[in-house]
Amino acid sequence: MELIITRWIHILAGITWIGLLYYFNFVQAVAMPKAKADNTAAAITKHIAPLALRWFRYAALVTWLAGAYYLERAGIGLGNAFLLKGSAAPIGVGAWLGTIMLFNVWVLIWPNQKKVLGLVQADDAAKAKAARVAFLASRTNTMLSIAMLFFMITGSAHGLPRVF
Amino acid sequence: MKNPLDSIVGTIISGFVLTAILYVFVVNFVLKAAA
Repeated sequence: MELIITRWIHILAGITWIGLLYYFNFVQAVAMPKAKADNTAAAITKHIAPLALRWFRYAALVTWLAGAYYLERAGIGLGNAFLLKGSAAPIGVGAWLGTIMLFNVWVLIWPNQKKVLGLVQADDAAKAKAARVAFLASRTNTMLSIAMLFFMITGSAHGLPRVF
Repeated sequence: MKNPLDSIVGTIISGFVLTAILYVFVVNFVLKAAA
């Protein structure tokens, strides 16, 4: 039961995280230039983006923690996964990609988005640079999520044909 | 050369290409080496 609940939490948090990541990339980033053009961007930057970013970064953390706990308790082993040992290799690749993504969220996206949204002081040049770094980190995570999900679902494919 | 991550389509294609590369890597260089 413990493992099912852990996996459930991992997937719930993961959907929240990646769902918001896709929202940022496929919706907000596309709508923002248009919103700036007709002076309605403030609604997004003041009210929507900070809240979405809060759910985004904490969902990322919960996803990683639940995943790490699951790997350890399910007998796969966190070390075996990260060292790509034997049958733990496919899920290990997923774990590596998820870990890189978590790093991007907390170290690259969030600190730079704080400057972009005006939550911390920054001049225009610093804001422009921060926007570019946050954008590329977010797009990198979108790219990584495609591979990460493949290895997550095929690495422990219950009842599905084996890929590895 | 334009950065593929600047477009949504480029990002998605990059994700599929990366998946294929990692798949080949795991099958041929990790799992075969361990077998």
